[in-house]
Amino acid sequence: MIETRAPLTADSHMAQSEALHLPANRLDDLFVALRAEGYTVVGPTAREGAIVYDELESAAELPRGWTDRQSPGHYRLERSGDDAYFAYVLGPQAWKKFLFPPRHRLWSAKIADGRFEVVAETAAAPRYAFLGVRACELKAIETQDRVFLRDPAPDSVYAARRAAALVIVVQCTRAAPTCFCTSMDAGPRAESGFDLALTEVLDGAAHYFVVASGSARGASVVEALALRAASAAECTAATAAEAQAVAQIERHLDTRGLKAKLQSQPEHPNWAAIAERCLGCANCTLVCPTCFCNTIEDTTDLTGEHAERWRRMDSCFTFDFSYLHGGSVRQSTAARYRHWLTHKLAGWWDQFGSSGCVGCGRCISWCPVGIDITEEARKF
Amino acid sequence: MEDLGRLIRTHPFFADLAPRHLELVVGCAANRRLAAGQMLFQEGAPADHFFLLREGRVALELNVPQRGPFVFETIDDDEVLGWSWLLPPYRWHFDARAVSNLRYFAFDAKCLRGKMEADHELGYVLMRHFLPVIVDRLQATRIRMLDLFGAARGAQAGHV
Amino acid sequence: MSEAARACAPSLLPEAWTIRSRRDDTADTFTLVLERGGGAPFSFAPGQFNMLYAPGVGEMAISISGDPAEHTSLTHTIRAVGAGTRALLRREPGMQLGLRGPFGSGWPMALAADRHVVLVAGGIGLAPLRPAILALAAAAEARAAAGLCTAIYCGARSPADLLYGAELETWARLPGFTVRVTVDHAGADWQGAVGLVTGLMKALPGDPARTLAMSCGPEVMMRVVAARLVALGLDEASVYLSAERNMKCAVGSCGHCQYGPLFVCRDGPVLPYPRLAPLLRVREI
Repeated sequence: MIETRAPLTADSHMAQSEALHLPANRLDDLFVALRAEGYTVVGPTAREGAIVYDELESAAELPRGWTDRQSPGHYRLERSGDDAYFAYVLGPQAWKKFLFPPRHRLWSAKIADGRFEVVAETAAAPRYAFLGVRACELKAIETQDRVFLRDPAPDSVYAARRAAALVIVVQCTRAAPTCFCTSMDAGPRAESGFDLALTEVLDGAAHYFVVASGSARGASVVEALALRAASAAECTAATAAEAQAVAQIERHLDTRGLKAKLQSQPEHPNWAAIAERCLGCANCTLVCPTCFCNTIEDTTDLTGEHAERWRRMDSCFTFDFSYLHGGSVRQSTAARYRHWLTHKLAGWWDQFGSSGCVGCGRCISWCPVGIDITEEARKF
Repeated sequence: MEDLGRLIRTHPFFADLAPRHLELVVGCAANRRLAAGQMLFQEGAPADHFFLLREGRVALELNVPQRGPFVFETIDDDEVLGWSWLLPPYRWHFDARAVSNLRYFAFDAKCLRGKMEADHELGYVLMRHFLPVIVDRLQATRIRMLDLFGAARGAQAGHV
Repeated sequence: MSEAARACAPSLLPEAWTIRSRRDDTADTFTLVLERGGGAPFSFAPGQFNMLYAPGVGEMAISISGDPAEHTSLTHTIRAVGAGTRALLRREPGMQLGLRGPFGSGWPMALAADRHVVLVAGGIGLAPLRPAILALAAAAEARAAAGLCTAIYCGARSPADLLYGAELETWARLPGFTVRVTVDHAGADWQGAVGLVTGLMKALPGDPARTLAMSCGPEVMMRVVAARLVALGLDEASVYLSAERNMKCAVGSCGHCQYGPLFVCRDGPVLPYPRLAPLLRVREI
């Protein structure tokens, strides 16, 4: 059972009485406060031409002054021209790799004389503080919660990490051309579900964050920082910055009747048309923050006396994913693409009561051939 | 003849035949028996009859060199057997062996073919009776060609 | 170790079961009877499956083929088609294998209690139907007294591939039970029927409104069987099939067994025909 986050406010706008002011030059104090409470800070950093998530020691490792330029099949980092820490929109990675490690061992076993004994993994879950969670990413985490935490078998690995994780949202003040969170009711502003929410403001010489607590855990971290309340002007500036993100949204996914259209037309010629372009490279499933498919691998050492069971992330685009004695069920690229998109935009509703898509647009940027699901959806 | 007519009319295959057509058909019919193990007909022989089984089972088989008789279908009580009489060269395509003691009706093919030529409506009605049986058996045979129970394919839920 | 310290969910941990006996059924099919260390009772519903682990080799989904009234042992009839199942074939009595389960949805036994029941099995598909047959057999007297029929239709490749031959004869003698068997092809020494299993199904055993059908076998076989049952007058919603897909976690969190929007490990494997019909029509779904 994950710890319930008790929200301190139900208001959707920055209420002056709850908002606090954190000067940008004190961002490191946040790192110190987080570590003092036993968290390992994970956040964005610029590496090898992209914004990736990794363990961070200090604010100096944040991608200060960097932003991204994204379009179908295109992602580049470039200088933002200012000192903002969070001027980028979204990198290729999602937080899912910290909640469901890409490879982890479930158990090991000793085998001898036809008998075996299983020893489950007992490693304690790491206590992460996710710094820089976007609204769409928070929605993606909540979407994966419905997969991994559902009855009758909530996943222990995911549950432990999720319960321990502290979610620090950084509200979007920019949108990339590939973003369509507004169509999926996933942003650009996170309203609840976080422990802390920061909005970065650059106003002339002033550079600060307006901070809101979303839970008791978040409030406790911030208490140690002894921040003053944010002024009315500062809150207004934060709201204006967030409004920029909304104004910059240019992409939309028309979800009206989409589930029925996709599920009722498995032979639609557009599947074959997409397959002409799709490489089956699985990039979309790698960058998608809600894709959860994983596989179980049983291994043994050469002596056959020691066996292990591992779990690792997988993708429905792999040829063997649907293998059944005699052959794979979905062999053609068209069938595999159809499965992915129909699951994401339609099947997810049947399975988990919500869409699987949060409109982050990563699949559009990171598809090598620039397949745009918002455009493809219109063709059905 | 009247007894035969009554028996034939109650056979499922001809149950819905109009009285005047039934009379024409019965005129070519005979009531027969065959002991288990006996051959009803053999591959290549003239297909001078078709049969309505009343009781018993017939195995349709082809003799395969080195493999022996290969039974590819059985025909049971109340079923019809034989359509080679409908088309030239009017010869059987396989062997038919009584698996059990048989009681059946045999219909003289030359007799019926003559009547069908003279009365096209009778011809049409008989074709309409045979066609569904032929189609059904062809379709079932196609499915068996898939060899669904064969080595490379599984058949059980979730099997690996 | 305590539950709290475990990083692996209990549902992903196989338990060691010991092989009590092994019987070879046909050239490629064998039956294992398993018992649990500690002897704790195990319950399952007919139609459910377990994930069997061949230590060091791998895990596979195998339908439970034993008597649901039997709680101290588990029976699995397995067809050796791959590395995993062949590894199980090499296990001897006294050796252990891993077991997780039971998983999945079962046959509609509660509905079947006051209906005529038609069971149609193809090949190894008879194994997941066997628990349902045993449950109906246990109630044979009561069912016959209530005028309820139980019809079993079985198809196999050849006489040598028929499963549970002796049991089929026993069931055939139960009041209210009919058993018909057919093979795809045979030699001259076979006295039984040769043909597709639908050839055995001439009519429903009773009032269609009070009949229920369960079928398991290759997908093509289930498609034609379902079509035949409906052609004979049975309502689509009274037909239940057992689907199969690639299984890994068996608890609905790995995505492998998806069949359209259905998770075969959770929503199935037993599914009513109306839910499967739109999927059965689509290639590569």
